[in-house]
Amino acid sequence: MSREKSKRKDVWKLVSLLVILMYALILVYPLIRLLRESVIVEGQFSLQGFKDFFSKPYYVRSIGNSLKVSLAATAISLALGVPLAYFYQMYEIKGKSLLQVLVILCSMSAPFIGAYSWIVLLGRSGVFTKLLESIGIQVGSIYGFSGIVLVLSLQLFPLVFLYLCGALKNVDNSLLEASVNMGCSGAKMFFTVVIPLCMPTIIAASLLVFMRAFADFGTPLLIGEGYKTFPVIIYDAYFAETGGDHTFGAAVSVIGIFITAAIFLFQSWISNRHHFTMNAMHSIERKKAKGFKNVLLHIYCWAIVGLSFMPQVYVIYSSFQKTSGKLFVPGYSLESYRFAFTHLKKAIPNTFLIGIAALALVVVLAILIAYLVVRRANVANKVIDTLSMVPYIIPGSVIGIALVLSFSKRPLLLSGTAAIMVIALIIRRIPYTIRSSVAVLQQIPITIEEAAISLGASKMKTFFTITVPMMGNGIISGAILSWVTIITELSTAVILYNANTITLTLAVYTYVSRGSYGIAAAYATILTVTTILSLLLYMKLTGNKEVSL
Amino acid sequence: MSVNITIRDAVKKYGSNTIITDLSLDIKEGEFFTLLGPSGCGKTTLLRMIAGFNSIEGGDFYFNDVRINDMDPVKRNIGMVFQNYAIFPNLTVEKNVAFGLKNRKLSKDVIVEKTDKFLKLMKIEEYRDRMPERLSGGQQQRVALARALAITPDVLLMDEPLSNLDAKLRVEMRTVIKEIQNTVGITTVYVTHDQEEAMAVSDRIAVMNLGDIQQIGTPKALYQRPANLFVATFIGRTNIIKSTLHAEGQKTFITLPGNHRIELSTIMADQRKDQEVILSIRPEELYLKPEGEDGVKAIIDDAVFLGLNTHYFVHFESGEKAEIIQESQIDSILEKGSVISLGVKTQKINVFDKDGKRNLVMGVHNDLVGGAR
Ligand SMILES: Nc1ncnc2c1ncn2[C@@H]1O[C@H](COP(=O)(O)OP(=O)(O)OP(=O)(O)O)[C@@H](O)[C@H]1O
Ligand SMILES: [Mg+2]
Repeated sequence: MSREKSKRKDVWKLVSLLVILMYALILVYPLIRLLRESVIVEGQFSLQGFKDFFSKPYYVRSIGNSLKVSLAATAISLALGVPLAYFYQMYEIKGKSLLQVLVILCSMSAPFIGAYSWIVLLGRSGVFTKLLESIGIQVGSIYGFSGIVLVLSLQLFPLVFLYLCGALKNVDNSLLEASVNMGCSGAKMFFTVVIPLCMPTIIAASLLVFMRAFADFGTPLLIGEGYKTFPVIIYDAYFAETGGDHTFGAAVSVIGIFITAAIFLFQSWISNRHHFTMNAMHSIERKKAKGFKNVLLHIYCWAIVGLSFMPQVYVIYSSFQKTSGKLFVPGYSLESYRFAFTHLKKAIPNTFLIGIAALALVVVLAILIAYLVVRRANVANKVIDTLSMVPYIIPGSVIGIALVLSFSKRPLLLSGTAAIMVIALIIRRIPYTIRSSVAVLQQIPITIEEAAISLGASKMKTFFTITVPMMGNGIISGAILSWVTIITELSTAVILYNANTITLTLAVYTYVSRGSYGIAAAYATILTVTTILSLLLYMKLTGNKEVSL
Repeated sequence: MSVNITIRDAVKKYGSNTIITDLSLDIKEGEFFTLLGPSGCGKTTLLRMIAGFNSIEGGDFYFNDVRINDMDPVKRNIGMVFQNYAIFPNLTVEKNVAFGLKNRKLSKDVIVEKTDKFLKLMKIEEYRDRMPERLSGGQQQRVALARALAITPDVLLMDEPLSNLDAKLRVEMRTVIKEIQNTVGITTVYVTHDQEEAMAVSDRIAVMNLGDIQQIGTPKALYQRPANLFVATFIGRTNIIKSTLHAEGQKTFITLPGNHRIELSTIMADQRKDQEVILSIRPEELYLKPEGEDGVKAIIDDAVFLGLNTHYFVHFESGEKAEIIQESQIDSILEKGSVISLGVKTQKINVFDKDGKRNLVMGVHNDLVGGAR
């Protein structure tokens, strides 16, 4: 009996050990390699890379640019997303299910598609620009700062919306009634009661939006023109250097990590001061707004969502336009699709193969890690918990560079293979999936597992026959959302891919950067349709009309 | 300033489902008024209509002479204590209590003064800088009460404020609530489904069932002279026994199990006629007669000693069961199976018509407004 017991214990210890080894190999080692690369030049310790960076205002300014862009995008996302979530949870909005699906689709479109469409719509010779000019309205330039902020805000406010909807569901109706009772209602209540109650979530959402905006490189690349942001510098630095020498790229990456880590610490400090818990006995019930107010509500909600969804509609539309060479010509055809399906034949199967492999591993690892963290708290698992959250704050392109540096020589020769793409996706996606699995697991009382064990089931058997099935719904919904973000991942993949491992998102990127917009639009449409189908599947499987992150 | 509340012909519908059909009620100024009834009878619904959080489908609600049906809840000047307290989790105790005051645009000094006053009154001064998360249930309840009272409302509404507390705290807190209400002298409407709690705190109680008010009266009136069978069974414990009423000249008699006849002098004059009736005899309204004396024969099934009292569970020769409460005696408890002879405290027992709709005994007080009864 006792021997058996100690053997069972070893199973989970073994899992801990394997997970730590895995992280050591795919995360810690690459980061160390990156650090080493940044301070070693030709076998000698040197800070040349850092000196180069800080001696050129061009580089240093990019940090300021990135901070400015990210702050502005975060502020605007909050300004759009928080009221939208509030209206959505408080009032009956016509077509609210569709509204929510569209909001999610906005956040899950491949990056830079937004940038590309806005150029076509509002750029120098854009459709709207001409239309507005013909009635005498001058559109300012959307290139540079304002364009980047516009595109990022419209793409990132959905995250604020989704987070805030979750928070508002935890606000007990009686809190709002108590407030009304004490003479505080309407807009005043929104600012003095609702916003403070949602503060922890607002802070968390801000961090997420800020990090995404800070790490995004597709948008500034396309619409930024001369306005260089930090991720673009990282990307340029990496591709400018040839051969084995990546000192400068590595140094810039290390600087990037320091900046995001500082931001993260700042956020943790703030959120610790705003910590409290809530759970609702009676959630807020949606009310019908009356008269003029109701009209305004609907205009606000649908205008914002319509505006942010427009780029995707336009992309779908232009995928059916006739092209001649790289130019659109009047008329419609399926030529772009014919081209898309005959060229880069691997893009579609790759998207699914790499995506599914990554997803399967992410889900399995996330469940195991969540279990270790929640049920087997000890030092080793605390380390795993911390390690798993590290990628959350590291820009995607930095992870890409670190992986290339680590896995381009024998015996660890992985660069150019699908395996390295899968590894990259695992590292980047797993923090989110672990978080949702942890949340699900914490809802399951440990007494249920204890009951199974007291009835004679082994620990492993309990885990697989009781715990995992109980986590089932949470796992599936988490997995599908992960799936959508996996197939639209760009910033890491763009560093790692080659002709054999190209995916749909990368294909869009390739053709946009070549200027073949029709073909890019066709690939993008295929991607969008895949995303929509995945979301529909999610709703069907969870029986849930509402998506939560 | 306290108000009296008048409700006339209130109607509440959820969709096509009518919860409250036609309800009228007068609540006096400064009174502690309780809505009591089984789960789902519409207590919360009615309370929230007064507060302004539920729509009103029909009828009129007045605070003094002011019709409040369409008044914004913000303007009703109501203090409300919620079942789950609804304390803002992001504000300290002090800020919670000051919240309503700040919305009144009072000067800083007044806010501080009033906050202090109610923190002191509710004995939660020492926790003023604590976050609500770190308070016990009873302390949170005190915060909720302090916060509701601080705005000097015209009316205080409480929806099962004690239901989340353990039994001992419940008893303690209800005394606190009663005392505070006495001190402040505010019109209070209190909702509970615990009849003992209702008796302990209320000036008057409205017993509700299925969206209707059955009886309104003081705890004593409800207990001693319930208006109908529902009130008799809902308030306190009672033995329900089928019986017949006989009128012989000026006298009326009821038949108890075993054909034991006793005279009742309490029946209303117009009801002194032969009819089937239902008796409600509370356990303490039955007493053991000394051995040998004539009475209702009963056989003891079980005896439970509870200190002050001893409960006997018995059955009559007819098979009907009953419960008796006797003050515990120093000599031994009666054995199971022993045959005893019971007397009835005839002044106290209640007699209902055969439908249980109406009490036939004199002295029933029912403040029900415009009641047919
Ligand atoms: N929002 C609603 N929609 C539809 N029906 C409702 C709603 N709220 C309450 N009801 C119904 O109205 C009736 C009265 O409910 P109410 O909450 O007033 O009961 P209650 O007397 O407070 O009960 P409890 O003691 O359980 O709190 C119930 O039958 C309930 O199902
Ligand atoms: Mg209720």
